[in-house]
Amino acid sequence: MAYETGTHAAAVAHGHATSLGLDSRKMAFWAFIGSECLLFGSLISTYLVYKGRSLTGPFPHEVLNIPFTSFSTFDLLMSSLAMVLALSAVQRGDMKQGKIWLFVTALLGMVFLGGQFWEFSHFVREGLGLTTNLFGSTFYVLTGTHGAHVTVGVIWLLTLWIQALRGKLGPANAMTVEITGLYWHFVDVVWIVIFTVVYLIQ
Amino acid sequence: MKSWLTTTDHKRIGLLYFWTAFGFFLIGGLEAMIIRAQLIKPDGGLGVSAETFNQLFTMHGTTMVFLALMPLSAAFFNFIIPLQIGARDVAFPRLNAFSYWVFLLGGLFINVSFIAGPLFGADRLSVAPDAGWFGYANLTSRQFSPGPNVDFWLLGLQILGIASLAAGFNFIVTILNMRAPGMRMLRLPPFTWMALVTQFLIITAFPVITVALVLLMFDRFFGTHFFVPQGGGDPILWQHLFWMFGHPEVYILILPAMGIISEVLPTFAKKPLFGYTVVVYSGVVIAFLGWSVWSHHMFSTGLGPIADSVFAGTTMLIAIPTGVKIFNWIGTLWGGQIRFTTAMLFALGFIAMFVIGGLSGVSHASAPSDLQQTDTYYVVAHIHYVLFGGTILGLFAGMYYWWPKMTGRLLSESLGKVHFWLTIIGMNLAFFPMHFSGLLGMPRRIYTYSSGLGVTTFNQVSTIGAFLVGLATLVFFWNLLRTRWQPVTAPSNPWGGSTLEWAIPSPPPVYNFTVIPTVASRMPLWKTERHAPMAALPERPPAPIHVPGGSWWPMITAFGLPILAIGAISRTLPIVFVGVAVVLVGIYRWAFEPFEM
Repeated sequence: MAYETGTHAAAVAHGHATSLGLDSRKMAFWAFIGSECLLFGSLISTYLVYKGRSLTGPFPHEVLNIPFTSFSTFDLLMSSLAMVLALSAVQRGDMKQGKIWLFVTALLGMVFLGGQFWEFSHFVREGLGLTTNLFGSTFYVLTGTHGAHVTVGVIWLLTLWIQALRGKLGPANAMTVEITGLYWHFVDVVWIVIFTVVYLIQ
Repeated sequence: MKSWLTTTDHKRIGLLYFWTAFGFFLIGGLEAMIIRAQLIKPDGGLGVSAETFNQLFTMHGTTMVFLALMPLSAAFFNFIIPLQIGARDVAFPRLNAFSYWVFLLGGLFINVSFIAGPLFGADRLSVAPDAGWFGYANLTSRQFSPGPNVDFWLLGLQILGIASLAAGFNFIVTILNMRAPGMRMLRLPPFTWMALVTQFLIITAFPVITVALVLLMFDRFFGTHFFVPQGGGDPILWQHLFWMFGHPEVYILILPAMGIISEVLPTFAKKPLFGYTVVVYSGVVIAFLGWSVWSHHMFSTGLGPIADSVFAGTTMLIAIPTGVKIFNWIGTLWGGQIRFTTAMLFALGFIAMFVIGGLSGVSHASAPSDLQQTDTYYVVAHIHYVLFGGTILGLFAGMYYWWPKMTGRLLSESLGKVHFWLTIIGMNLAFFPMHFSGLLGMPRRIYTYSSGLGVTTFNQVSTIGAFLVGLATLVFFWNLLRTRWQPVTAPSNPWGGSTLEWAIPSPPPVYNFTVIPTVASRMPLWKTERHAPMAALPERPPAPIHVPGGSWWPMITAFGLPILAIGAISRTLPIVFVGVAVVLVGIYRWAFEPFEM
């Protein structure tokens, strides 16, 4: 796997000898992702506990648009592919490709956010506000928290892209890109769970 | 001054944590004194109003749990862990500074509510949180708590959660990844081990309360109905989310103290910790089980016989690893050459008091008996035997044990013994009668009781005991201050301890170790059957040591959070944007500033 080589190269490049041989920033990020699992786990549990307990409509089957969200999901999955290509390019030192794929990842993230914005405003027009019923509250808080995570990821990716444009990102920073990727893939995986729980299993 | 504001040195941050948390401990103690003075006689001894009383017990609980006990443990994590594992600092020194500033500002934010009333057009000075430290829904809804009181609580706790989470990631990585050569996992000192387990509990439990607080925030600020029955919401969901955090939190509070005891007892019994491996694994088992018992706080909500039985069973199971630890501590003492120093007295006091608290805890585990005890003073007695008799006595043991290492000065042993005996007598006078007043039917959190209830004498004894504890704390404070005015210089290893922090001068130089030691046994400074004591480290570093400089950005980033909270509580969007901007600028400057580890 490209990841393993990257870790090793970065650890050697930084000259940090750690007790477990794993880069400290990467380990901290794994711990952070573990913590985030509990955050999303609590939100998803809340959604499930309140499923079918809305006192008034609109109810999920009346508003959720599975074909449209399937497209968003596909878009986000492709952004993970772009992220892998970006990391691989940066590790190879191919910064031309690296710049392209970092930007494509961010762009696909922005497309997803645009889709979410369209979906939210469409739902509001259909009469589902944040406070309309329990479905609205749990739906907006859960998917909104996820959208906030995507937003942070897009800002982060664009920052790396700008750094790359300024020639300040190279193979020596491969670990930074790898950690960005960890975060990005995690946010993607969370979306797959949300898509399954909220949209597919109504 | 500047060097303290920008410091990233784990030892200085440890001292900042200590003094800040000790300040909050005094404030929380003062609140307890007022509560007890009010309850000294029927119909109120101090004329405290019901509203004020609600604020006092809410702030007493919130302050002691989040602003005193957790950060006092954090003071020791910061100062001691890098020394015990043979490291020059924590894994992320700037993140560590960030944690401290967020903790300080979050604590100030909650406490400002005591004088913020006029800003909110309230007719009284204080708008402090008043819905209890576990803030049960739907008392916390806008309908029943219209003022800013609960907003201070929910925003402040979210800020404090960020501090704990950041520190949690930092210490997990530090302990796993920064160990000196030869410091294998099962050679880690027990305090560091329990700290590691605690950090895992923190990073898994705090997201859950964060979600609960965010949902409550949406209810109060944006009109959702997560916990509002009129809109279909379920107040019991709050209890589940809160206690899913709240029960691991109990172990977050007690495990560090158990770790301290496991350092102090071997040192002053001159024997290795009996059954080290079992003590470590018991700590891990306690943490795992701690995640499966939350509903025992909710028996009275009517969960049904199956859930009651399961949670009663898992709760009783926790008594097993806890009992294992207690027997191992006693085994450590058995046949040892015991020295009754103040630290040792507090450690022994911990064992005795924690057993009492543990036993009343097991009596809550039984659902039928718990129904009698819920929301009575019996529960108040239990929580204080485990958190005062357990955590605080353990922390005091740690203070007497490590103060010489942290400051280079010895605390007075004679004042220490006065402190210990006043504390132990005072706490038993204060908390033991609460078992009886509770079983006789006195509810917790009432601001007056009638003379016919038959609990007057118990309450009077409790109040006298509480004031003895207050006096004891002042003796301790005096003892701390005395080390500045009449210093007694501490040698590098005043107690003959076995772990690495005692191999370096007191207080340690900024780089900690002149050379990073190589560890060959669990007790590197002691002679064991197989190992000679570690050779002394050179007095001067043989090669220049790089020490990371300070940084302003952790503190500046931290300032963004209370600004955000002030914007939220005053419903002023521009202030919210300022807070976000400060956080963003802080993070970017932090990420791009040259900072070499």
